[in-house]
Amino acid sequence: MIWLQLLYVYLKIGVLGFGGGYAMLSLIQADVVDRYGWISLQEFTDIVAISQMTPGPIGINSATYIGYTAIHNAGYSETMSILGSCLTTFAVCLPSFLLVLLISYFFAKFRNNKYVEAAFLGLRPATVGLIAAAALLLMNKENFIDYKSFLIFGGAFILTWKFKVHPILMIILAGIAGVILYW
Amino acid sequence: MYWTLFLTFVKIGMFTIGGGYAMLPLIQRDVVDRGWMTKEDFIDVFSVAQSLPGIFAVNIAIFVGYRLKKTWGGFVCALGTILPSFVIMLLIALFFTQVKDNVWVEKAFKGLRPAVVALIAVPCLTTARSIKLSYKQMIIPVGAALLIWMGGISPAWIILTAIAGGLVYGLNRRS
Repeated sequence: MIWLQLLYVYLKIGVLGFGGGYAMLSLIQADVVDRYGWISLQEFTDIVAISQMTPGPIGINSATYIGYTAIHNAGYSETMSILGSCLTTFAVCLPSFLLVLLISYFFAKFRNNKYVEAAFLGLRPATVGLIAAAALLLMNKENFIDYKSFLIFGGAFILTWKFKVHPILMIILAGIAGVILYW
Repeated sequence: MYWTLFLTFVKIGMFTIGGGYAMLPLIQRDVVDRGWMTKEDFIDVFSVAQSLPGIFAVNIAIFVGYRLKKTWGGFVCALGTILPSFVIMLLIALFFTQVKDNVWVEKAFKGLRPAVVALIAVPCLTTARSIKLSYKQMIIPVGAALLIWMGGISPAWIILTAIAGGLVYGLNRRS
């Protein structure tokens, strides 16, 4: 059952994941944390942090990690858990694969297609909302434990927004800040 | 040729940290400089890949692979892009549970978590700015975010509604 659920959830993310990694986050979170409870919200936040520091797109990173963890927590062996991560990573890419093959075939027709353009009139502003929702959903008591959390948030926000500090550097700085502030 | 394609995309997958868009200059350099694609072609592929769902870097990889070596080319390039992230994440999944409870790691993550929220909030604002939303249009992202956050509505419905809304509005406006 859990195998089918993982397959379904990651195919869905592959089909509906418009607007890049950040916009995909709330889609992933809705099923993986809220609906099926495969991982906690805190663990989800940690994966996002780890994804910022490791190579590769967040979509793949989360699929691999969650495929493994969900199967592992369901009581399966290590080998089965690795198969789980293969399944989710495959599932999240399969829709892309089929779509790209289809579009490569009809490439000229897809470019400047009036239906695609019209759909994006709605999708583009909605993407901003999806990213905002991802940020809001993570602003909870598990991630913001005291006033120091808000200090770190404010500092990270200003450094990233105004001073364009690179996300990897930002994560490292925040980690150091955590060690110092919670010494 | 398959092997070269595979290795090229493994390299791209391995050396790009922080999401799909970071991969772009690398992909462009490899693909265009090797003469696999003209710059114009690449820009076309880029704009189409952007409007597809799924993982942006993987979409680009499949497009490039398909152009050069059809279906298997697409498969090999996708596999190459995915492989480094897959292996690294799997190792983290295997070992993270063991270091997670270490006091120092715990402290670092207490600091990391609020910063992650900031790292998501900033691209939200920059995207909002880059697509030049009018005040009237602001109701769409604000409404979408509130419905997901407070209303517990699945983002999947928001996406489907946005597509439907865009189609109805866009096609009627034209005619």
